[in-house]
Amino acid sequence: MNAVMKHRLFWPVVVLLALILVNTLSRPSFVSITVQDGRLYGSLIDILRNSAPLMLVALGMTLVIATRGIDLSVGAVMAVSGAVALQIIQDSGDAANPSVLAVAIGAGLLAGLACGLWNGFLIAVLGIQPIIATLVLMLAGRGIALLITRGFITTINSDPYKFMAQGYVVGLPFAFYVSLAAIAIVAVIERRTALGVLTEAVGINPEASRLAGVRARGIIWGAYAASGLLAGFAGLLYSSNIMAADANAAGLYIELDAILAVVLGGTSLAGGTFSLAGTVVGVFTIQTLKSTITFLGVPPAVTPVFMAAVVVLVVLIQSSRFRRWVGRLGGRLSVRSAQPVERTEVAS
Amino acid sequence: MMSTMEDAQPLVQVTGATVRFRSDTALDGVDFRMFAGEVHSLMGENGAGKSTLIKALTGALALDAGEVRLGGEVVRFATPHDAHLAGISTVYQEIDLLPNLTVAENIALGREPRNRVGAIDWAATRRLAHDALAALGLEIDPASVLGTHPLAVQQLVAIARAISTDVKVLVLDEPTSSLDFDEVAELFRVIRELKARGVAILFVSHFLDQVYEICDRITVLRNGRLVGEYLTTELLRIDLVQKMLGRSAAALAERQTFDAPDDDSSVTLSARGVTVLPGIADADVDLVEGEVLGVAGLLGSGRTKLARALTGVDRLEAGIIRIDGQERRLSSPRRALSLGVVYSSENRRTEGLIGELSVLENITLALQAQRGVLRRIRSARQRELAASWVEALDIRPPDLDRPVASLSGGNQQKVLLARLLALSPRVIVLDEPTRGIDVGAKVEIQNLVGELADNGLSVVFISAELEEVLRVGTRVAILQDGRVVDVVPSEGLTTDSLLAMVARSEGDEA
Amino acid sequence: MTSTQTVLTGELRAVTRPHRFMARHASWIPVFAAVGILVAMVVGAQLYFGKFLTPRLVSSILLDNSYLLILAVGMTFVILTGGIDLSVGAVMSFTGMMGASLLRQGLPSSVVAPTMLATGALIGLGVGVLVQYFDVQPFIASLAGMFLARGLGFVVSLNSIKVTDRPILWLQGTRLQAGSGWYITPTGIIALLVVLVGAGLLAYTRFGRTVYAVGGNEQSARLMGLPVARTKLLAYVVSGTCAGLAGVIFTAYTGAAYPLNGIGTELDTIAAVVIGGTLLTGGSGFVVGSMIGVFVYGMIKTIINFLGVDQSWTRITIGALLLLFVVVQRLIVARSARRR
Repeated sequence: MNAVMKHRLFWPVVVLLALILVNTLSRPSFVSITVQDGRLYGSLIDILRNSAPLMLVALGMTLVIATRGIDLSVGAVMAVSGAVALQIIQDSGDAANPSVLAVAIGAGLLAGLACGLWNGFLIAVLGIQPIIATLVLMLAGRGIALLITRGFITTINSDPYKFMAQGYVVGLPFAFYVSLAAIAIVAVIERRTALGVLTEAVGINPEASRLAGVRARGIIWGAYAASGLLAGFAGLLYSSNIMAADANAAGLYIELDAILAVVLGGTSLAGGTFSLAGTVVGVFTIQTLKSTITFLGVPPAVTPVFMAAVVVLVVLIQSSRFRRWVGRLGGRLSVRSAQPVERTEVAS
Repeated sequence: MMSTMEDAQPLVQVTGATVRFRSDTALDGVDFRMFAGEVHSLMGENGAGKSTLIKALTGALALDAGEVRLGGEVVRFATPHDAHLAGISTVYQEIDLLPNLTVAENIALGREPRNRVGAIDWAATRRLAHDALAALGLEIDPASVLGTHPLAVQQLVAIARAISTDVKVLVLDEPTSSLDFDEVAELFRVIRELKARGVAILFVSHFLDQVYEICDRITVLRNGRLVGEYLTTELLRIDLVQKMLGRSAAALAERQTFDAPDDDSSVTLSARGVTVLPGIADADVDLVEGEVLGVAGLLGSGRTKLARALTGVDRLEAGIIRIDGQERRLSSPRRALSLGVVYSSENRRTEGLIGELSVLENITLALQAQRGVLRRIRSARQRELAASWVEALDIRPPDLDRPVASLSGGNQQKVLLARLLALSPRVIVLDEPTRGIDVGAKVEIQNLVGELADNGLSVVFISAELEEVLRVGTRVAILQDGRVVDVVPSEGLTTDSLLAMVARSEGDEA
Repeated sequence: MTSTQTVLTGELRAVTRPHRFMARHASWIPVFAAVGILVAMVVGAQLYFGKFLTPRLVSSILLDNSYLLILAVGMTFVILTGGIDLSVGAVMSFTGMMGASLLRQGLPSSVVAPTMLATGALIGLGVGVLVQYFDVQPFIASLAGMFLARGLGFVVSLNSIKVTDRPILWLQGTRLQAGSGWYITPTGIIALLVVLVGAGLLAYTRFGRTVYAVGGNEQSARLMGLPVARTKLLAYVVSGTCAGLAGVIFTAYTGAAYPLNGIGTELDTIAAVVIGGTLLTGGSGFVVGSMIGVFVYGMIKTIINFLGVDQSWTRITIGALLLLFVVVQRLIVARSARRR
């Protein structure tokens, strides 16, 4: 039991299960899944489907955070990739043509990758702080997306494209398979090659990694490229869901949800050892939380208040100072124990 | 031992100062005193307790036992600022000023003159700064931004700030380490001026020449204990070094110069005119197959800099390195590693191990980095490899999945060695591999180094402990002021004779 | 010995003297650069459009950007300490919603406006406490503040609230003419006053100088006995208060409050501050520079209007300028690091 509790995924999973439990108790329909035309429907299925864009973005964010970085531009990148893809489809005039769709999807992904490479260049090569470097694209990205859509919200009508976000395969939403595939691919690349451990090494101790001959620059660059590519795909999913490229609304605040998902999953913002499984749990937690808030009758627009509460709670729990403070409070209530003053300084 | 000034009342009197860090005792019942109007030096090797004593004196650290008296009164400072207000000011090696603000502000910050409405009176502030600088005979534009000045000027500004309150004691911690000769002379002029005004100055430096030039008395610490207090004029340089390192009377042994091996084929790495300033200038080294080259030199002689220059960690400003007779540019540690030249840093935690990663991951890290991201070493092979090194080096506990930070110092060092040895290197440079390690593990590592050489590696073994340099090294390179002044075979050498070579300076030759 | 000494002092002096102006005013150079960019834009536009720069245009740039100017002043304080405040846009929006709602309930503006300022200050205080006392990264702490304010804005109302309060509308509607097309509104005057007060605080008070000290080197500032904690906290309070005031001004400007107001404004503000020459690592920059940065921002918007091209070019141009400044800052920092 103790070993289970000490596992790094213990608390994230407990939080997710608790959230599901609360929902189930307050509305038993939450866990009910109905079958209609061979497709599954229900709140849980919705969560699986709707979480796909966030899942992709959060996976990329996990890699970036593991290198001690952050990527604020993911929402803007989503806007760009969606705009590129939909504009190509719209301009082609043949929205059902598979080769047009293939080109559009390919171009959207390439746009995302290019954005990621750009971020990586600023950070890994020029040495600009990640927050600022990605802020540049966060600012300019939506403008670029608007340029691509010529200032309008591009809408298309293409059933195959719609399938990405809204279609079903073997009873489950296609978007869920996209999530699964992304998780699997990222996990394989990180854990079946040496990328994962080298990324962690760079995130924990950049200087020691350099001395051990690790190519930090390439690894950091790669993390941002991956984040851009995944955000690009998320942008396609988003545009497929609403069948429109809305440069202003696409992926709005998703960078914050993604960061939150990563942190909820137990990966520290200070970089280093990361947990993809934790991020997956974190994404489902956030999506469930959003669904809960909606169910409680709170207008979706007020969701940020709850998110603020969660952010504060999570960062406070991560803050050693807060834990010490709580510990002291607890100590005062129980038996007073004379604790030796801890010295952090080292003799020299 | 305590010769003069017995009659005068000391300005600073520290008695029985003791500071413990967890289980280590950094300072053990040290007595220390300073008189007004003297320049006093605190000497000792790394870990002798100098910094700890200074921190205790200046309020950066609390004493676990003992007391500090200032002008006869017992004082306790909660912060360095409290000490500053009481008249004990410190200027650290890393200048603790604000380079983004003006010289005047840096001197006056926190007590700027204000006008009637409470706004800062800049004219008066500049005047105050100008006066403080002028009192030291310095002409620096108070309105200029501090960061635009060379380090030497910043140092002098730091001193101006330190003494602009009613200073009684001025602590200068390694003030000259980044100054050139002229700048040091200017600093000394200021120090003499302060001394004439009756300020007690604590001057900490590892440059013996400077200590002998400026200091009246010397207190020597070793391993956190007081060795003694001496008048500079009565303490020979060689005796001082012996007291710092803990050796008895010296015997200047007959020394013979060792010729570099004629057989060029056995030279694995040869460095000529290697220069990385500040630190090492024009250093020559030859490493021979199957040999341990010990490096001996005092603190500040460039031991670590040399190691870093030979292994591609720092870029050379001048000089060439040949490996197996071929000139190579070691542009990065990665490049050096691929050429079989590996380095183990003296800072295991910050420059060696990845603390949160496991023993296994740490051992395989460099090899994996060499192979590249895609050619991952299979898990089973990783485990086999790591396990074989854990067994070969007797790393304890033999748990491959434990975070390396939880291991003891000696075992951490072994993990670092295992990482480097897994690369099958030709040249291995070990900087203080036995520092902070218990005696048993120390001997193990020393023996291991010998075995490595027996297996054909060229080993560079750097240590502040001359005894182990002699024990491990086949030859010993003597380092002074960033130059390899001599290379001698260790056979027939005693620690005392080696000590004499290390401590000798041009002035002592006669 | 004496003779060498005089020579040496002379040498040291020689190092400090020739670049006396640079040595004193190095940190103003980015501000001059921003002024240069502003002038270049104006001259370019004048040449391109023939008739561009008019008193009306200059007046309207101040009018249209007075809220941004106020936000930028507050942001400058925070960035100078080495922090960042992402909450300002949302706080501006929320205080606007709250104020509009209170006004609708019949409270007088003399009560409502101070309440809005106090609310902004309170949120700033919360962010500051998280940063200073719980070691939360400024980015995350102010993010929480942003979420909170955004959500609270929607709690007040999901729809736009029209403001009919006379004193508030007076702030915007009154145009104090100065002949030949020059005019200024009370909102503009307030914004300029905020700049003045901000600049004065930073240049002439111990609090202001401590802001610079904390941004320069927090550890050193603490060793010097400066009140670091209080100063950092206050910087966020200043930023929050400015956001509250911007809420008043923006409400007056649009004549209504809408919960979606100010989305992305925090980014515009940060961009303006950085373009105005404030170093994101803290310790160097000026409120006056931030004002120039806001004017650059306003000028870009105006020129893009004149060109008749899509407004999205504004964000792209701002992003590009931000990049340019950050890269240049990075190079400067790298160079000074090498010199050390």
